[in-house]
Amino acid sequence: MTEPILELQDIKTHFPVQKGFLFRKQVGTVKAVDGVSLSLRRGEVLGLVGESGCGKSTLARTIMQLVPTTGGTVLLEGKNLTQSSTASVQDIRRDLQMVFQDPYASLNPRMTVFATLAEPLLVHKVCPPGEVVTRVGQLMELVGLAPRFMQKYPHEFSGGQRQRIAIARALALQPKVIIADEPVSALDVSIQAQILNLLAELVRKMGLSLVFIAHDLSVVKHISDRVAVMYLGKIVELGSAVDVIEHPQHPYTRALVSAIPVPDPDVERARQRIVLAGDPPSPINPPSGCAFHPRCAFAKDCCKTGVIPLISFLNREVACVRIGEIQTH
Amino acid sequence: MPLLTVTDLRTYFHTRNGVYRAVDGISFHLDRGETLGIVGESGSGKSVTGYSLMGLVPQPPGRIEGGSALFDGVDLLHCPPAALRAIRGKRISMIFQDPMTSLNPYLRIGEQLIEPLLIHEKISKPDALKRALAMLEAVGINDASSRLRSYPHEFSGGMRQRVMIAMALITKPELLIADEPTTALDVTVQAQILELIKKMQRELGMAVIFITHDLGVVAGLCDRVLVMYAGRVVESAGTRTLFRQPKHPYTIALQRSIPSTQPKGAELFTIPGMPPDVSKPINGCSFAPRCAHAADSCTTRDPKLAHITNDHEQACLRVQAGEL
Repeated sequence: MTEPILELQDIKTHFPVQKGFLFRKQVGTVKAVDGVSLSLRRGEVLGLVGESGCGKSTLARTIMQLVPTTGGTVLLEGKNLTQSSTASVQDIRRDLQMVFQDPYASLNPRMTVFATLAEPLLVHKVCPPGEVVTRVGQLMELVGLAPRFMQKYPHEFSGGQRQRIAIARALALQPKVIIADEPVSALDVSIQAQILNLLAELVRKMGLSLVFIAHDLSVVKHISDRVAVMYLGKIVELGSAVDVIEHPQHPYTRALVSAIPVPDPDVERARQRIVLAGDPPSPINPPSGCAFHPRCAFAKDCCKTGVIPLISFLNREVACVRIGEIQTH
Repeated sequence: MPLLTVTDLRTYFHTRNGVYRAVDGISFHLDRGETLGIVGESGSGKSVTGYSLMGLVPQPPGRIEGGSALFDGVDLLHCPPAALRAIRGKRISMIFQDPMTSLNPYLRIGEQLIEPLLIHEKISKPDALKRALAMLEAVGINDASSRLRSYPHEFSGGMRQRVMIAMALITKPELLIADEPTTALDVTVQAQILELIKKMQRELGMAVIFITHDLGVVAGLCDRVLVMYAGRVVESAGTRTLFRQPKHPYTIALQRSIPSTQPKGAELFTIPGMPPDVSKPINGCSFAPRCAHAADSCTTRDPKLAHITNDHEQACLRVQAGEL
């Protein structure tokens, strides 16, 4: 495949934890994203999965430069976003757009569809003001909405239609990369399928690259070429979607895959489920060594210290020091 | 005799914009110890069904327009409030979707846990606290004795749902209504909570009505399933039958639109259009406008549930006529 369009090198995003009211002092840091390196190829869909609190949304916001990075670099076509001035980041954002989870919250209720979709066009002066109406109409058709609804407000649309508006807004500037943060989690199954089809079609038709964040592994497997699994701010497994989700190797990925209910009563009742004990630990004070070791059935002393690197294993990268001993087929 | 028999339940909401027929004539029954799944998309009336049984529909704007719900001989919809209070929270409990908002943030967990006991049983507070402690341990909360003195915000989402379950089960109910109890949770936590509900059900022998939109959860948990669409039941069958031989076009379409049942990368099967507006009159079958098999007769005649086999009913006119 071609060279990467988006490259993340050792991204770290930490937030200070403060205490006190008058004399605020820092008592710790939340390492929301802690050393993530990834690359997104042109035209590729990269799925990013993990449970709530694992840092996947923070990573998305870091890529968009909506939160300051603590360390590492984000390269979009070789341009460094982390060290650019605010003005040039604005400019780079034309190529990098985002779709958010909740279409009820991400659209301004006081703006009509036209105003919502025209704003990026006018701000970035993409087309002469006279052509804005035509362009907005084209955008709406692109996402499967009739242009006659241009003057309607978000509340007049259903959840799926709102998500289409949000996607149209992201497409307005003809970006090269779209970051979609849980774009279908708030939608019903039948509507979910419509939005997934739309995203897949847009990727194909417009040659987009997509970072698709979700917690639903079956959705991610369907749409993604490659998948990265995150746990407590770090990537624990990275490989092709089919490899990772059908034959997971990292103990955490195995547990995650095994936790998905299968819509088939015979399969569902026959299979052995790995039920993890407890909740993910707090990212304020993550366990040493492999962050998963307190919940891992295979953990030994060697897992409790040191830095666990991603190593190549069975066509993928896995961050587990015992992976050779505990391999499954 | 079934534990619960619901007949022609109709719950409407009278709003400024018209009458929303949220639940429009549904009937089902539930035996002791049985698990019944109610599946449907948002707005199909599955939660309102649960709320109606518990007397939790806000009135106004809601109104129970008709029907009956016989729970062990008592009609939950028409009995005096005192009789309902004696059943609700004691013999029937409910857990809700969002554990973040359904616990009182001002009360310690222990206080909330023992409330149903103090109301429904003649028990002293220390004894009630002992039961609460045992219950917290049963739902898998570590260090339960100190946790009794914690406030809800000190718990994670999964732990709060465990507390909700403990609270619902502390009076050893005969029926638990679970309204999307795992929708707000991560999959690994969802797996824990589902295991917990199964375990508690085995121990207490209670019946469960499990309301969800996730067919995967239904497959692993339920004995029988009702599929709801626009306030009505369109198909009802044993879980295996429903997954192996679904008959109603909506059930079939719903199963086909799950990504994991389709080949990777293929265009996903979708149901065109959107669910109908239940405040407008619907002629004939409510699914007809989105149905691939709809014929003219579908919009003129009102579909009724009819038996295919003893435990399998469905409401598609064309299937009933033997055309599909």
